[in-house]
Amino acid sequence: MAAIVSIRNVLKGYSRGKQRVEVLHGLDLDVEEGEFLALMGPSGSGKTTLLNLIGGLDRPDKGEVVVVGERLDRLSSGRLAQWRARNVGFVFQFYNLLPVLSAERNVEVPLLLTKLSAKERKRRVHAALELVGLADRAKHKPTELSGGQQQRVAIARALVSDPVLLVCDEPTGDLDRETSDSILELLQLLNREHGKTIVMVTHDPKAAGYASRRLYVDKGVLVDRTMGAAA
Amino acid sequence: MSVFKQIFAVTGMNLKSVPQRLGSSFVIVIGMAGVVGVLVAIGAMVQALGDTLLSTGSENRAIVLRNGATSEISSILSPQAIATIMNAPGIARTPEGDAAVTTDMIIAVNLEKKDGGLGAVAVRGVSPQAFFVRPEIELVEGRMFEPGLHELIVGRNAQLEHEGLEVGDRIELRNSVWTIVGVFKSGNSHESGFLADVDTLISAYQRTQVSSATVLLTSPGAFDELEAAITADPTLDVQVLREPEYYRGQSEEVQAILSIVTTVVAGIMALGALLAALNSMYTAVSTRAVEIATLRAIGFGSAGVVVSVLVETMLLAVVGALIGAAAAWLLFGGNTVSMGNQVSTLVFQVRMTPSLLGIGIVLACAVGFVGGLPPAIRASRLPAATALRAV
Repeated sequence: MAAIVSIRNVLKGYSRGKQRVEVLHGLDLDVEEGEFLALMGPSGSGKTTLLNLIGGLDRPDKGEVVVVGERLDRLSSGRLAQWRARNVGFVFQFYNLLPVLSAERNVEVPLLLTKLSAKERKRRVHAALELVGLADRAKHKPTELSGGQQQRVAIARALVSDPVLLVCDEPTGDLDRETSDSILELLQLLNREHGKTIVMVTHDPKAAGYASRRLYVDKGVLVDRTMGAAA
Repeated sequence: MSVFKQIFAVTGMNLKSVPQRLGSSFVIVIGMAGVVGVLVAIGAMVQALGDTLLSTGSENRAIVLRNGATSEISSILSPQAIATIMNAPGIARTPEGDAAVTTDMIIAVNLEKKDGGLGAVAVRGVSPQAFFVRPEIELVEGRMFEPGLHELIVGRNAQLEHEGLEVGDRIELRNSVWTIVGVFKSGNSHESGFLADVDTLISAYQRTQVSSATVLLTSPGAFDELEAAITADPTLDVQVLREPEYYRGQSEEVQAILSIVTTVVAGIMALGALLAALNSMYTAVSTRAVEIATLRAIGFGSAGVVVSVLVETMLLAVVGALIGAAAAWLLFGGNTVSMGNQVSTLVFQVRMTPSLLGIGIVLACAVGFVGGLPPAIRASRLPAATALRAV
């Protein structure tokens, strides 16, 4: 299968006051289309920074980032935003739903960036909510839903524009075990049945167990723990 | 999707979240209501003052003053000048065949105001031809004063402002008691004072000269002829003005002072409202940082975010402006206001006009725009990656 994500020799750092902190040190990574990749590692290891580069939320200081055939490190902010709208669905740890909107209106938000008619948008929103098992809660506001239900709405929002790549940052980090399992089963279903490529950051080994591949980020480089060598 | 559709979508979401931020939103609304309330109230007063003074002038009338005098109070006319005026061409005639000229003398009297304290009221001595020259003066109660007697008629606005000015009441002028025998209306600045017989007033004040002469022209076009004839004699040292020109000068002087006061007061308040808007919108942007970053992550552009914050600030400011204008209208609309100096008090009714509301709304939009722009730019520059790290 072709690589949907191809990262080569990426350097990324941040300035904290006068101090420069290098987070990623010449990192390479390939993610095949249809993979479910779990990125693990200790806090501050650089896994979220790596996820941000894959999702087009940030740009590297050096190196190449090619995702879904586009050199993201060369795109302007505006073009990058358009690229994200077309190609990536985001699932955040704290769901990040818009509190004033109902579940269906939250799911519809990415479709407002398309030329779809209101009728078509409604159809797709219903299908997405149906897929995550929340069609009966379409009119509910986020505050009227449980954490697991809110995350399902967030997943429906990530799916609704049919992106090839789902980027998930600690999607079960705010949920209990049982709810976490149901969310991870949903992600696994989306990967296996619907062919979505998923890159997920998690601290939880059990969550990572749902992925088809696990990589560890440590001090800004990828480490294959089982092999003990750089991936 | 077009930028406009994005702007519309983000603005809609923004506005829906306003009820969750009522406190900071109210700061903008109340701040702007105060600014526009004050602006509209003072502006209406300034406008009404100007209208009242301007309505006193007629194109058919001319006023003769001493050269260099800026008002009737600071003017005197010699008997020689009066004689020249009476014989000048272009002057209309009364039915009795007299020249339609009133030679007026103005003095000030201090009277107790209804709301306490003393206020100056102008007493204008006029010739018998005055009511032909100024047909807008209409007796509405009592009778006309008799020449030779210490009698006055009082304007309706003067009655509203001062105590003890009913028909039959007496007032003291220069050690003599004068009786109010009638009430008149004129719809202009004369209504704020008294009218009496000029010769009786001159005699009571032991003067020999009048302040001004007001002439009814045969037509507005007769002015040039009149002016040429009167100013032909350089020894007279007088100036001839069209009446509207004279009152425009009076109005501009007062309006200029009030406009400065209005600008300073409204300016300081607008600055306060601007800072309040800045503070509120920075808070709003900070509160909604995660939402804004989430929208940016999903793919919304920065234009939508900037415009949505600006629209929200401007809308809140305009709501404030409408509340302020409505409050000013309810509190001051139709109220009688008096403004005076040592010589006279002008009483007039405050009128709210659509143009004042328009000025208030334009100001609100300007304050909303300037107050909303820096927070809007900050919102648009929020790194989208923030959304992934938000707690």
